[in-house]
Amino acid sequence: MKQSMPIAVVTLLASTFLSGCASTFKELTEIEPWVKPYERSHLADPIMSMNRNPVASAYTKHVFEAREGARGADGGAGGGCGCN
Amino acid sequence: MGAACLLAMPFADAAVLPQDRADAMYHSYEGDGVSIDGPSILLRKQVGDKVSLSANYYVDSISGASIDVRASASEYKEERTETTVGIDYLHNKSLLNLSFTNSSENDFEARSLHLGISQDFFGDLTTLSLDYSRGWDEVGRTGDEDFAEEANRQKYGLGVTQILTKNLIMGLKAENISDSGYLNNPYRFVRFLDESSARGYRFTTEIYPEARTSNAFSVNAIYYLPHRASVYGEARLYSDTWGIDASNVKLGYIHTFGDDWVLDVYVRHYQQDKADFYQDLFARENQFNYMARDKELSTFSNISAGVAVSYEWQFSQTTTIKKSSLNLEFDYMRFDYDDFRNLLDDAPVGEEALFSFSATVLRLYGSIWY
Repeated sequence: MKQSMPIAVVTLLASTFLSGCASTFKELTEIEPWVKPYERSHLADPIMSMNRNPVASAYTKHVFEAREGARGADGGAGGGCGCN
Repeated sequence: MGAACLLAMPFADAAVLPQDRADAMYHSYEGDGVSIDGPSILLRKQVGDKVSLSANYYVDSISGASIDVRASASEYKEERTETTVGIDYLHNKSLLNLSFTNSSENDFEARSLHLGISQDFFGDLTTLSLDYSRGWDEVGRTGDEDFAEEANRQKYGLGVTQILTKNLIMGLKAENISDSGYLNNPYRFVRFLDESSARGYRFTTEIYPEARTSNAFSVNAIYYLPHRASVYGEARLYSDTWGIDASNVKLGYIHTFGDDWVLDVYVRHYQQDKADFYQDLFARENQFNYMARDKELSTFSNISAGVAVSYEWQFSQTTTIKKSSLNLEFDYMRFDYDDFRNLLDDAPVGEEALFSFSATVLRLYGSIWY
């Protein structure tokens, strides 16, 4: 039963990605940003990335996971400012 | 025996393909009588303007004996090799990631498949990511050819990264993980009182439930400071059906010196409450249906502090190698257990000193971007 809710959430969000609502989806992806692209130089700096060294981050995550009871949702949520 | 393999990490930011790069790392862990070291190599290369391929090769060479082994068995050596291959596909503002990981030891095989999708919204200020991983483990036990068990793992992840201002990025992440099958460590034992034994106790095999479901939620933020520096933080809450509740918090500061030097310092604190079926000492054999004395399931806390130094070389964008860096990272960790006792301490049964240990971690690696 505990597994069914995340499955439903993921299914709902995935269906938003993949089906119907194409025009709404397009509008959401093209909304006017309040931080303009030319204002993102600081955000594009590698020192603003939670995962700028993937090999070292993956290893550090493994060191803690092997010695702690908790797992998951660590190491930042991907994403970024899309300005490599 | 190592823990379950590293579930594949999406080495990616959204809406742009990850940069082509190669990393070669030497890693080393020393603590609690155990030494673990080895290499990790990552290669990533774009194919056309829509696809990026990646491969990671990782080795843990383990030797020594932790407190669990010192109390009930003899020192050992083993090696774990992990290989990951992945592909990223960019379509408009969506990035899809598919990767497969294989982890191999003499007594443990783990395979996992990871699928991720991320999408930018709201003028690329918001990135939504969805992840799904599936893992299959085959568990053996050295010296016991008849021992063969299996476990399955499943993970759902949902993440949001939000640009709040031109200096602040914030992220939220939730992950639900379900395991089923043989989840014990086949080398760990519980101890129970036995007056007929010279020590006053004996060991017997642990018995874990065959299912575990966990939920973890984290929030992180990183803020740009004047003169090219940044400060970042992360907090996580965790709870699972075994009764473990945990939380951790991390704070860090990044400072640059000129264009070439980057210094990163951080502190992290973690604490957890024990699993419902954990006890340091049971009253008798088969006292409960589920019994564990695995210190990772006990009540404990740890604190760690780290420092990382990077030197970067920038080259022209027209040369084959555009940038390179050399990095040295060092962590110190201290673990303090509240209900796991040191059985090597010469004291009456159940009154041995509480266990604690410290560890050091080293990462030395070079990276090139091409």
